[in-house]
Amino acid sequence: MKLSEKLIEKFLLACSLLTILTTVGIISVLFFETARFFQVVSIIDFLTDTEWSPSFAKGQQHFGILPLLAGTFLTTFIAMCVAVPLGITIAVYLSEYADPRLRNVVKPVLEILASIPTIVYGYFALTFVTPLLQGMFPALGLTNFNALSPGIIMGVMILPLVSSLSEDALYAVPKALREGSYAMGATKLQTALKVIIPAALSGIAVSIILALSRAVGETMIVAIAAGNKPTLTFNPLEQVQTATTYIVQTVNGDVANDSIEYKTIYAVGMSLFVITLVLNNISFWLKKRYHQAYK
Amino acid sequence: MAKKLGKRMRQKHVRRQKWYEFQDKAFKYVALTATGFGILILVVLLWDVFSTGLGRFDLSFFLESSSRKAKNAGIYAAMGGTLWVMILTTLIAFPIGIGAGLYLEEYNAKSRMANILEINISNLAGIPSIIYGLLGLEIFSRTMMMGDSVLTGALTLALLILPIIIVSTRESLKTVPYNLREASFALGATKWQTIWFQILPASIPGIVTGAILAISRAIGETAPLIVIGAATYITSVPGSPLEEFTVLPIQIFYWIGKPQHDFKVNAAAAIIILLAITFIMNGAAVYLRYRWQKKIKW
Repeated sequence: MKLSEKLIEKFLLACSLLTILTTVGIISVLFFETARFFQVVSIIDFLTDTEWSPSFAKGQQHFGILPLLAGTFLTTFIAMCVAVPLGITIAVYLSEYADPRLRNVVKPVLEILASIPTIVYGYFALTFVTPLLQGMFPALGLTNFNALSPGIIMGVMILPLVSSLSEDALYAVPKALREGSYAMGATKLQTALKVIIPAALSGIAVSIILALSRAVGETMIVAIAAGNKPTLTFNPLEQVQTATTYIVQTVNGDVANDSIEYKTIYAVGMSLFVITLVLNNISFWLKKRYHQAYK
Repeated sequence: MAKKLGKRMRQKHVRRQKWYEFQDKAFKYVALTATGFGILILVVLLWDVFSTGLGRFDLSFFLESSSRKAKNAGIYAAMGGTLWVMILTTLIAFPIGIGAGLYLEEYNAKSRMANILEINISNLAGIPSIIYGLLGLEIFSRTMMMGDSVLTGALTLALLILPIIIVSTRESLKTVPYNLREASFALGATKWQTIWFQILPASIPGIVTGAILAISRAIGETAPLIVIGAATYITSVPGSPLEEFTVLPIQIFYWIGKPQHDFKVNAAAAIIILLAITFIMNGAAVYLRYRWQKKIKW
């Protein structure tokens, strides 16, 4: 083989090894800074303390991640309440009912929702949805920053993820199953609910888990509209601080290189990383299993 | 007696069947409403942004930069920064992403190593963008001492979109039929000659489509750039990759955070520009894919 051919292959190999290097970089950066954090704060406190106040004066600081996780959980939960029922309904409609022409128009239009930069959604949640909800339901006492409106908007953002991937899964169910069900006199809805959805369940689960992981890692919508007060609450009307919001708001102020606050962002980042890694790998595993099922 | 019972059962059956058909029809309308809801939100969002921001456009909005007064502020520096980041990110991510895609698809498609790389790339694609910001802050900004420069931002975003480019490169390489490779080898071409003269030209529209989508994603990213410390108050376009910078999304974030209403108007106007860039790039990608699918039939 010519030398140049070999060199090119080595170069291409190097390109793909860069992705491994990125993973190693992310894990080691998170690991080292988190380890330095745990030299100061005990891991038990980090996981069980119900207060998060790293910016307080020394001695009064608390480093319990639970309030941040509660904020993340709350906004994610609201988003899933919007995206999952709507997404699956749309998927069933597009795959089982809709005219193919309608499907070819609606699917790309919904996917526009996924291409909009998240900062735009943040702006929309803060300046439109929150005032709208306040005006429509004054009795709720919705504060200007709250978990509800960014949660809803985050649900809209991940809606195309759920609807598109679920629709692919429903569409992939063999036609014979559908026809068998129709031949028994079942309506389209009965067929969808009792035959198609159960058959495509793992594919639908994949879409839901991926959407979940996206919502957990989503930053700008919550950073703009959900507030900045870490509270251990499940009340969607109050302001919350999510894990991602904490990182953004901390680096946005000036943080000294060696301060404990600097290390906290890596500890919080590590928690986020672990959660999304677990979710993503559950979805990969499910996807693999379901691909085998239809071969 | 038995006849009567049979009739009643039949009636019951018909009633039940009608109920099922009603449910079926009702679901259709519920589902149409759900689909409409998604589209409605999109329309309302666009309407809200445009009705707030459209009136703000004048020449000075494009020629001014950050200012303490909303009326004097503009997007000049942010547009310049976005352009810088866009070009640098493309220059870094495009060759590396295509290279990695080529290696995985053409050189080492089924080895153990390729398998590991593949799992790794899927995982990278699922990591929240803010984590890439933490990586960029520690490695590029602090360890390599590039600070909050354009280069730090571009490198961070390049790593972020690399998995997307690799995956789309592989997808379009897969569509090139194997005959083409065999024919080229039979004529005595080397592996690289085959790739360079046959496979890349045949798959480049698909690769470019993926790359455009990836870059358009990078342009809208805010969180990782905030984390690496991209400045919010910048009044000039950076002169070199090592100067500090701001981009459109960060400028918008800064304006949204201001209490005065006039800054919100600025934010809406800047959002219109950001959306225009995003939609133009996505539209171009869709058009390219459409043209390509129509033209080439193997």
